[in-house]
Amino acid sequence: MRVSVPERIRHLLDIESLSAEQIAALLDQSKPFQEIQRMPLKKLATLRGKSVAIAFFEPSTRTRISFTTAAARLGADTMQLQAEASSLKKGESLLDTVYTLEAMKPDCIVIRHSASGAPHFVAERLPVPVINAGDGTHEHPTQALLDALTIRDRKGRLEGLHVTILGDVLHSRVARSNIHLFTKFGAHIRLCGPPMWVPRELECLAPNLTRVPHLEQALEDADVVIVLRVQLERIHEPSLPLEEYVLQYQLTEARLRRARPDAIVLHPGPMNRGIEIEPAVADGPQSCVREQVTNGLAVRMYLLYLLIGGAPIDSPGAAHAAD
Amino acid sequence: MLLIKNGRVVDPASGTDATLDVLIVEERIERVGPALAAPGTEVFDAAGLVVAPGFIDLHCHLREPGGESSETIETGTRAAARGGFTAVCPMPNTRPVNDNAAVTRFILDRAAAVASVRVWPIGAVSKNSGGETLAEIAAMQQAGIVAVSDDGRPVATARLLRQAMEYCLPLGLPVVDHCEDPSLAAGAVMREGPRSIRLGLRGMPAATEAICVARDIQIAELTGGRLHIAHLSTRASLELVRAAKRAGLAVTCEVTPHHFTLTDEDVTYDARYKMNPPLGSRADREALLAGLADGTVDAIATDHAPHEPALKEVEFDRAPFGITGFETALALALEQLLHTGRISLLRLVELFTTGPARVLGRHRRIAPGEPADLTIFSTELEWTFRADQSASKSRNTPFDGRSFRGGPVATIVAGRFVWQR
Repeated sequence: MRVSVPERIRHLLDIESLSAEQIAALLDQSKPFQEIQRMPLKKLATLRGKSVAIAFFEPSTRTRISFTTAAARLGADTMQLQAEASSLKKGESLLDTVYTLEAMKPDCIVIRHSASGAPHFVAERLPVPVINAGDGTHEHPTQALLDALTIRDRKGRLEGLHVTILGDVLHSRVARSNIHLFTKFGAHIRLCGPPMWVPRELECLAPNLTRVPHLEQALEDADVVIVLRVQLERIHEPSLPLEEYVLQYQLTEARLRRARPDAIVLHPGPMNRGIEIEPAVADGPQSCVREQVTNGLAVRMYLLYLLIGGAPIDSPGAAHAAD
Repeated sequence: MLLIKNGRVVDPASGTDATLDVLIVEERIERVGPALAAPGTEVFDAAGLVVAPGFIDLHCHLREPGGESSETIETGTRAAARGGFTAVCPMPNTRPVNDNAAVTRFILDRAAAVASVRVWPIGAVSKNSGGETLAEIAAMQQAGIVAVSDDGRPVATARLLRQAMEYCLPLGLPVVDHCEDPSLAAGAVMREGPRSIRLGLRGMPAATEAICVARDIQIAELTGGRLHIAHLSTRASLELVRAAKRAGLAVTCEVTPHHFTLTDEDVTYDARYKMNPPLGSRADREALLAGLADGTVDAIATDHAPHEPALKEVEFDRAPFGITGFETALALALEQLLHTGRISLLRLVELFTTGPARVLGRHRRIAPGEPADLTIFSTELEWTFRADQSASKSRNTPFDGRSFRGGPVATIVAGRFVWQR
């Protein structure tokens, strides 16, 4: 009996519905793919002949490149759908667009969409595995996994850590996925940001979640600080002057001293230097921003490998492409 | 001639709840009494069934003219008949808007030709429901409207509402308002709360509705006019209406079956859970159930809002608001109100008959000389609602596949069966 083996996932739609065991397995299995990023020859053949549809219904550069590169390093082809270039502007429905994509027989669909729940909508209607690359203000599960991988590398654990999430939590899919992930491992999370972006109801998302109004308090003895991007396009909500945000919520070197000396700083990117984060912090020794990018590749490679079901990999070296 | 035998006649107007026979001659009720005999007459055996005055739905959308791919007067009223309704009030947000007598006449002409049940249109408050100037209300009344509303949106300003209520007062028309504060509702697709936060969907707070209800009640007090709050959905709104009634104002309200059955916790990314007002909190639902029991709520109305599948089979954010409601309304009321012991059968019937009739300044009763509009239903019949077997052109209901105890059995309009199970 292998009762302890976590249930295999078919899609990656959100972190909320995964168990801690499933997440731990995902993180553990991503480790070998971290090593691949350090090798001179980074390409595997394990998904040769497979294809990944990368359907982005919202502008994005970094996540798109990350998934595209991950697919390429596994030997898979990619089909790219960009909202700007697609027929969406001509009024085609999401359903018609994904049926069209599906007719090209991809082995997996990676979807980013400005509407919360769009990947769930697609997954319910197609037989193909779906990876959520960020949906509206709901979740961004691969970001949370790469963040967790980064933190585990630096801290050796997730359990019991004090994590501070700073910024526009209400509209952040990164924050939601991180909240679900870290609290499943017993981390303590403090949320801090302009009060209208950190509403009371957020505390219902998970246990061990508290809102702290003042940044200095929120940083006290933190092990991890996750700085959210100020979505400049989002400051249409009864607008908060940017200067006010900087004054009250920018993560500065001085403020970071409140955290533990070995605290690390994460940012999902792209950063607005000088707005949510002081350049000295962004480039400082506590910043993990570049590791996050590399770990994003590892996590996404593993997920594509897992969901498409490529040839077995005993060790990364053994699976190296012959060509 | 039609003789309905052995039914449990429940008539809120007279307080009757007894086993009686009803004799119908042509379009009217001829006699009501025990053991009536009329040799040679067609007999309907209603033993074990309830015989009630014809149900009235104060709030629906038949989509004709302009939205015929989602519903027509013909399909919508056929669905209404299957729900036990004998008269329905379509809202004016058609294309074009029912803001003048020509559109009203078009609707009534279509109804005369194809409708299964009576159609009592509601006209617009303002031209094109644009919130600027009053629509041709008196002309529409002469053509046959029974109330005015800019449903789909609130009456735009307190000033316009004041004018409408003053103008409608001598006409005897109620002003029906869809209450929401547009600034709080902007962009929202569900109720704000823990569930909206979890789903990452933009929510409107409960206060969105009550702010507008409070405004409206102030105008009702100012003008002495007849105000009816459409699809009331929150505890705070209900308390405002309760206080207004206690103060003697001519304020009434309706509640939909989905608001007294479901809560925001039921919402998923399935757009069949998207309607406006959105599903409320548990506390709101409890308050609505209490208001239905204690008399604060005057009527159950469906807000039947059909949308063809292509419109609802989209991302939650992009889907239009609204669900169908005719065919499940009575069964949900039985499930949530009668079988739970919250209200009596007499009160339940009142909420579908004399209650909505009173809102329109009409009466409804089973008595000699009255129009023979009757709803015959069972409180026990076991059945399952299947959206794909609905008479509506649309399928957008969260109650597809739900099993019920009790529901409509036959609908009689003007002495004729328009539907029988």
